[in-house]
Amino acid sequence: MFDNLDFDVIRRSLPYLFLDGMSFTLMLTGLSALGGLVFGTLIALMRLSSYRLLGSIAGLYVDFMRSLPLVLVIFWFYFLVPYIGQWLTGASRPIRVGAFTSSLVTFIMFEAAYFSEIMRAGIQSISKGQPAAASALGLTYAQSMRYIVLPQAFRNMLPVLLTQTIVLFQDTSLVYVLSIPDFLGAASKVAQRDGRLVEMYLFAAAVYFAISCVASYGVRRLQARIAIVR
Amino acid sequence: MNYNWNWHIFFEPNPTGAGTYLDMLVSGLLLTIKTALLAWVIALIFGTIIGILRSLPSKTASWIGFAYVEFFRNMPLLVQLFLWFFVLPELLPRAAGLWMKQLPNAPFWTAAIGVGLFMSARVAVQLAAGIASLPRGQKQAATALGLTTGQGYRYVLLPIAFRIILPPLTSEFLNTIKNTSVAITIGLIELTGQARAMQEFSFQVFEAFTAATVMYLAINIVVVTGMRFLERSLAIPGYIAGK
Repeated sequence: MFDNLDFDVIRRSLPYLFLDGMSFTLMLTGLSALGGLVFGTLIALMRLSSYRLLGSIAGLYVDFMRSLPLVLVIFWFYFLVPYIGQWLTGASRPIRVGAFTSSLVTFIMFEAAYFSEIMRAGIQSISKGQPAAASALGLTYAQSMRYIVLPQAFRNMLPVLLTQTIVLFQDTSLVYVLSIPDFLGAASKVAQRDGRLVEMYLFAAAVYFAISCVASYGVRRLQARIAIVR
Repeated sequence: MNYNWNWHIFFEPNPTGAGTYLDMLVSGLLLTIKTALLAWVIALIFGTIIGILRSLPSKTASWIGFAYVEFFRNMPLLVQLFLWFFVLPELLPRAAGLWMKQLPNAPFWTAAIGVGLFMSARVAVQLAAGIASLPRGQKQAATALGLTTGQGYRYVLLPIAFRIILPPLTSEFLNTIKNTSVAITIGLIELTGQARAMQEFSFQVFEAFTAATVMYLAINIVVVTGMRFLERSLAIPGYIAGK
């Protein structure tokens, strides 16, 4: 069954697959995780704030994002980002936005909803005495968040945040629907050009599998270490 | 925003000649529900088997469970669908591969099975955790009463474990519904696919996506309400979910 397969096509396209495709995927994953974490933390703080209105806006945003499929969100932002850009820059017509920027905005906005739930759990896991002690010491709300609560919340939630980042790494493959050459997109381009679907998709699957396995093994190790320290 | 809104577009005939644009979206919605339900049945069946394997004391059984879960969890769903759709028919004996390629509705079956197996790994993890959360006495009591392992699972462990994991299962079911949209890449024209098609035919991007969004939100509300009802009706008074 493997007789008419040509695995050399993989070797020939390695530079394209990794230098173009995988670097796009990793860059998108890394920047989306960072942006998602920053916005997610802000949303979590809004949700936990004593202003009811802020809380319900954040809650609505999170519930809304989490009930939509990522593919639909990717399409939404693909068409919406040019208009947002026009609105932000005051240009007279929708601005042109590159594939990378468009997908970066999508993933940051989408992942922020998921990261915010993790950060919210992390903030809630800090005992009440800590912010109370902080305000007794005269720290403002911002200072107490910055120096007391968030560092601990982040630390406690690190394994979950990293696991979510692995999920994000896998989810970035969905930019395929916009024909963007991320790792899977690049593999699929070569596959269709050379008529080598079987070899290329098997290889892509193996690469995603290997990276995710190693990463989740690392997370498990980290989790064990954190568990011992505490 | 200089965009020409046209909310009447839903009632204009679509270019396929069969009804309005709204009919197009509704048929996508129905296909999404159909695919998700079949995928969910598959996920529950395989997830239960693997979840039980993971909870057994046998080393081999829990290793099989572990390998299964790792296999399906460490590849993007999109890649898995490609493997089922493009790769598997080529690797099978010629006759079987040909039969698979010529199946009517191949994207539908591939999507349901692919999403189902993908989600089964997640169901398995939840179920194994649910079984592990039961007090040890439950299993021991089952053995003491003379139940075999199978009977112990069937009558003692599983009924309680499933009640415990009902809330996370609800969100896994919602994930199943959302994940069917990935099948747009293998040519399944479900709700997201129909919204995309409507956008391509009519150029009314935001109306099409808004309608799809509203439909997904509606599905969510229905499922969450339904599951809450189910949770309440299955709750055992005075025990775990019955509190």
